[in-house]
Amino acid sequence: MSTTVIVLFLSIVLLTLFITWWAAKRTTTAGEFYTAGGGLTGWQNGLAIAGDYLSAASFLGIAGMIALFGFDGFFYSIGFLIAYLVVMFLVAEPLRNLGKYTLADMINSRFDAKKVRAAAAFSTITIVIFYMIAQLVGAGALIQLLFGIPYWIAVLIVGVMMTIYVLFGGMTATSWVQIVKAVLLMLGTVVIAVLVFARFDFSIMTMFSEVKTATAHGEAFLQPGLKYTVPLDTISLMLALVLGTAGLPHILMRFFTVKDAKTARSSVVTATWIVGIFYILTIFLGFGAAAFVGHEAIVAANSAGNMAAPLLAEALGGDLLMSFVSAVAFATILAVVAGLVLTGASAFAHDIYGQIIKKGQATQQQEMKAARQASLWVSVFSILLALGAQSLNVAFLVSLAFCVAASANLPVILYTIYWKRFNTTGALTAMLFGLVSALVLVAVSPNVLSPEAGAAMFVGEPLFPLTNPAIVSVPLGFLGGWLGTVLSKEADARRFAEVSVRANTGYRE
Amino acid sequence: MKVGSVYTEGQAVPKEERQKAPDRKADVDFVRVAESSRFRTLLEKKKKFVLPLTIFFMVFYFALPILTSYTNVLERPAIGDISWAWIYAVAQFIMTWVLCTVYVRKFHKFDKDADEIIETEIKGG
Repeated sequence: MSTTVIVLFLSIVLLTLFITWWAAKRTTTAGEFYTAGGGLTGWQNGLAIAGDYLSAASFLGIAGMIALFGFDGFFYSIGFLIAYLVVMFLVAEPLRNLGKYTLADMINSRFDAKKVRAAAAFSTITIVIFYMIAQLVGAGALIQLLFGIPYWIAVLIVGVMMTIYVLFGGMTATSWVQIVKAVLLMLGTVVIAVLVFARFDFSIMTMFSEVKTATAHGEAFLQPGLKYTVPLDTISLMLALVLGTAGLPHILMRFFTVKDAKTARSSVVTATWIVGIFYILTIFLGFGAAAFVGHEAIVAANSAGNMAAPLLAEALGGDLLMSFVSAVAFATILAVVAGLVLTGASAFAHDIYGQIIKKGQATQQQEMKAARQASLWVSVFSILLALGAQSLNVAFLVSLAFCVAASANLPVILYTIYWKRFNTTGALTAMLFGLVSALVLVAVSPNVLSPEAGAAMFVGEPLFPLTNPAIVSVPLGFLGGWLGTVLSKEADARRFAEVSVRANTGYRE
Repeated sequence: MKVGSVYTEGQAVPKEERQKAPDRKADVDFVRVAESSRFRTLLEKKKKFVLPLTIFFMVFYFALPILTSYTNVLERPAIGDISWAWIYAVAQFIMTWVLCTVYVRKFHKFDKDADEIIETEIKGG
């Protein structure tokens, strides 16, 4: 550990605390706390969406996956990006037009039932917790490696930081931390990619032909099939990736921070460009790490390959670049967990406390107080879980969050916007089927049960063959919504007329 | 998922119950707006644009894992050591950027239709 690392880490921490202090002065109402008052511009929100999306799993995880498995690692990049088309074409605008602060608001624009709001809040919180554990475990591992401090202290540091941002700065602080981090992350990635490219004489052809002989896998490294050998499992993972984003509550919440559908649209465009360029650059990062760091060194630092990017930075630019990249990775994790805490807290404070317990009658002060308390509880709860989850694979937890989002949230979102006959019972059964099937199938999957001791959480024969259950649980979510609807009599065509008009015109009183 | 059909059919909730809903002004007749030809044309135009393209990008997307899982066609070299799988993957990136841009352009036009509906059907009516 060098002084450079400490100085860079402290600069990042101070910068984000300054942003929080600045934002805290502007956060007095619940609307400002949840959605920064809806005042972000298209490119600001686009950068913040990109920031939310380029989590530790993207930056550290995908670079490592490509470094270890070549083409198969790139599957993640493709799925994560195309997911934005689903968001843009089907979800972004109606969501912006119908919702206020949370996903449950949007679903409740059609159904007044408290059960529906409670179910939506519950699935939001479930997804947030899974995602958050993944980020915290990643953060703990990174800091532990860099500073040589114990894992639990590392998790506590990150946990305290994220709580401070959200508690004092709300969505304004969270968004700006996200924006700053997105810029730093892109900067770091471009620098490494250019350095890698220079080593290959700025030629794509040279890069591919050299990487072909650089790894023990030889030619197979450049072909699909190194990691994903079960066809249905691959397709199931790709399904979770492409549909999950449109159901991820912390991404969807970003559409409430802009003033109208038009701005929501332009923020998706900005996000798509940034995220797309980033993912293209992951090829350079992954190939660079495979060629200049080497399989053994990457696996020695972290068996899942998560340290490939920082190690590559060290190989190319020495201590300074490695410190910078690690500090950026740290900022990335901080920003993403802050966004997650805020999303979870909104579900508690706005949906459960404000709308269900107080029946929408809570004052600004009461709701703000509840939101801050909820942030604290969400933070404490996820820190405790993360402390016990050290051995879990980060990428697995993230793909699980995507799977739950795609199975429990996406069907109900699409039905609410587009299906006239859809009703309260259908909304409940859609969420229930999706959530329960995703969770149960994962619990009996090879990730949790493996006949080989140490390969998974428990020793045993997996009851479900696929590591990602999306291919079964997503259709079940849709089926649940359809069954619940057609088997119950209730229908409110007038309410759908209102939802349809509002969703398509953006009309508000 | 049918859009743009008749709204008044089915078991509508009784009037007094409908008006109990919070935050809703009773003075906008959304059913009439939803049934107006302007609104139905807008929905039809949106559907004609969104549906085929959504099907297209989903098929294009899933063709990649299906082709790489069940066949070897994409493993053939395209340019030098770069196989068709990489070309296909990068093509997905280009598709995303192109479709996003096309969407924004198209929906920019729909914004005008939507404003017109708000002016004439909701506020004017």
